[in-house]
Amino acid sequence: MIWINRQRYYLDFILSSLGRRKWKNASLICVYMLVVFLISSMTFLAGALRREADLLLHESPELIVQRMIAGRHALMPVDYIADIETIRGIQKVIPRLWGYYFHPASGANYTLMAPEAFQHDDAKVVIGAGVMRTWDPGPTGTLVFKSSKGGTVELAIAETFESQSDLVAADLILMSAATFRQITGVAPGWSTDLAVTVRNPREIQTIANKIVDALPDARPILKSEIQRTYAAVFHWRSGYIIVMLSGALLAFVIFAWDKATGLSAGERTEIGILKGVGWDTTDILMIKFWEGLVISLTAFLGGTILAYGHVFFTSAFLFSHALKGWAVLYPEFHLQPFVNIYQLAVLFALTVVPYTFITIVPAWRAAVTDPDTVMTQG
Amino acid sequence: MITLSKVSKTYQDGRPNAFQALKAVDLEITPNQVTVFTGPSGSGKTTLLSIIGCLARPSQGRIHIDGQEISSLPERFTAQVRRRTFGFVFQHYNLIRGLPVIENVMIPAYPEGVSPRELRSRAAALLDQLDLTDMKHQSVELLSGGEQQRTAIARALINDPSVLIADEPTAHLDSHLSASFLTIIERLKIQGRTVLIASHDPLVYQSAVADRCVELQDGCVRTDS
Repeated sequence: MIWINRQRYYLDFILSSLGRRKWKNASLICVYMLVVFLISSMTFLAGALRREADLLLHESPELIVQRMIAGRHALMPVDYIADIETIRGIQKVIPRLWGYYFHPASGANYTLMAPEAFQHDDAKVVIGAGVMRTWDPGPTGTLVFKSSKGGTVELAIAETFESQSDLVAADLILMSAATFRQITGVAPGWSTDLAVTVRNPREIQTIANKIVDALPDARPILKSEIQRTYAAVFHWRSGYIIVMLSGALLAFVIFAWDKATGLSAGERTEIGILKGVGWDTTDILMIKFWEGLVISLTAFLGGTILAYGHVFFTSAFLFSHALKGWAVLYPEFHLQPFVNIYQLAVLFALTVVPYTFITIVPAWRAAVTDPDTVMTQG
Repeated sequence: MITLSKVSKTYQDGRPNAFQALKAVDLEITPNQVTVFTGPSGSGKTTLLSIIGCLARPSQGRIHIDGQEISSLPERFTAQVRRRTFGFVFQHYNLIRGLPVIENVMIPAYPEGVSPRELRSRAAALLDQLDLTDMKHQSVELLSGGEQQRTAIARALINDPSVLIADEPTAHLDSHLSASFLTIIERLKIQGRTVLIASHDPLVYQSAVADRCVELQDGCVRTDS
């Protein structure tokens, strides 16, 4: 109880002490908060993008087979299915029809897809809830597409769907295979790629190798490879931002060090008085520890809350061009709020812990001053 | 009983500008008495009080308080002795600006960790005794010189020390306030406290409240009466 009371007194003393030097401390907290905000924004944004990628890939097949011609992705003949199905260990091969459609009026690029079991007729589409934001269907509730032959194709919206990932709901339009072929010009007997299901997931690499042996122009893509690529891309982009921020971070470290080490004459006098009335070095260090903790925690909480708002409510307008890459093209999407304990722990360790401890060193230098200076100071 | 044996203090020891403020002082402080140290500026009064009050360590010699040798104790223990045995009224009062009177008074007790309720009531009682109740929430820089001194006295007494040390307490007071200060000292003496005062003010060392007067000169005890 004595220890708790003591800490309570120290905290009370520090809070009133911070209030007495409010401009100095307010400027420090503002700069500190800005740095935490920048680092947290970058961490939250990169984490949320990785999560979006994971959500997107969650339902995707373990193995996709594309066809390559002249080093580019080309349409896949559906005849290849028979060749692939002869490989042992393969359960199912499904031709997939998907592609992109640029809609000039909304200036956005949409993803068109023809699922195997589309529930509606050829004149209907199912769209992600986010598509409604950018492509105004008008009073008729229809979307008008340009067909590959030059005419128009008017499709009624049968239903809209929500998704855990706004990235999916923002640009995905589902339609029948016939309609897809009419709009995109993919001829019957051809598909965009093939989704392959294998019986034993541990054999997936072996099967991929056998597909290449059987069909030399095929390129198998494993889901794990895509996940790795996404992770690498976002790590690389995070690093890019860190490099940009490192100047600001360094400036802050210099600023904080200057503020923390440069105890004013008033602060030194105060330490002398406290020692004179019976405080020892440990007591002084304890109040300086609390002071550092209060400042850094305030900045941490303020900075992370602002960063959360910036990333998840304003779509990280400061960093989106650098971190989203190609995804800055329309349609816009909002990241789903997602912060995990690990991210917060790393941010805490990077921001609160160093500041709290660097303030101890100068305080210790002042705290070891002989208490008799109080007898002569006025 | 506080005993000083051959206590010397040299500042800047070993340097060309070394200055010996005290020279082999032997002294016994009788409890429950008011002892006044007099002497001209630079005679060693403040240094002597600093050493007795564990604010500074002697360069040589020993100090005993109630038989316990304190001059060689580690800092943690000397801080504890300083806090529990001594209360200080500094020449310039050294109150913490920006804090209200009551918080200034409570500060020496923070490391003791007593309950907030007890500490507040103790501080309120002291402020009441020293006629400062109405000012307890006022910031100390708004107080008059006499009020600041009484706040410093309340702060010195918050841990209920047996010894009160006051350095030139009347230096910034007029004769009326100086007389009030001596009245407070008289009350403390009646309470059974030992009071040590460094002063070259005749009003203090010639007053009836002073039981003993020790005159210092050039770091040595010249007279002891």
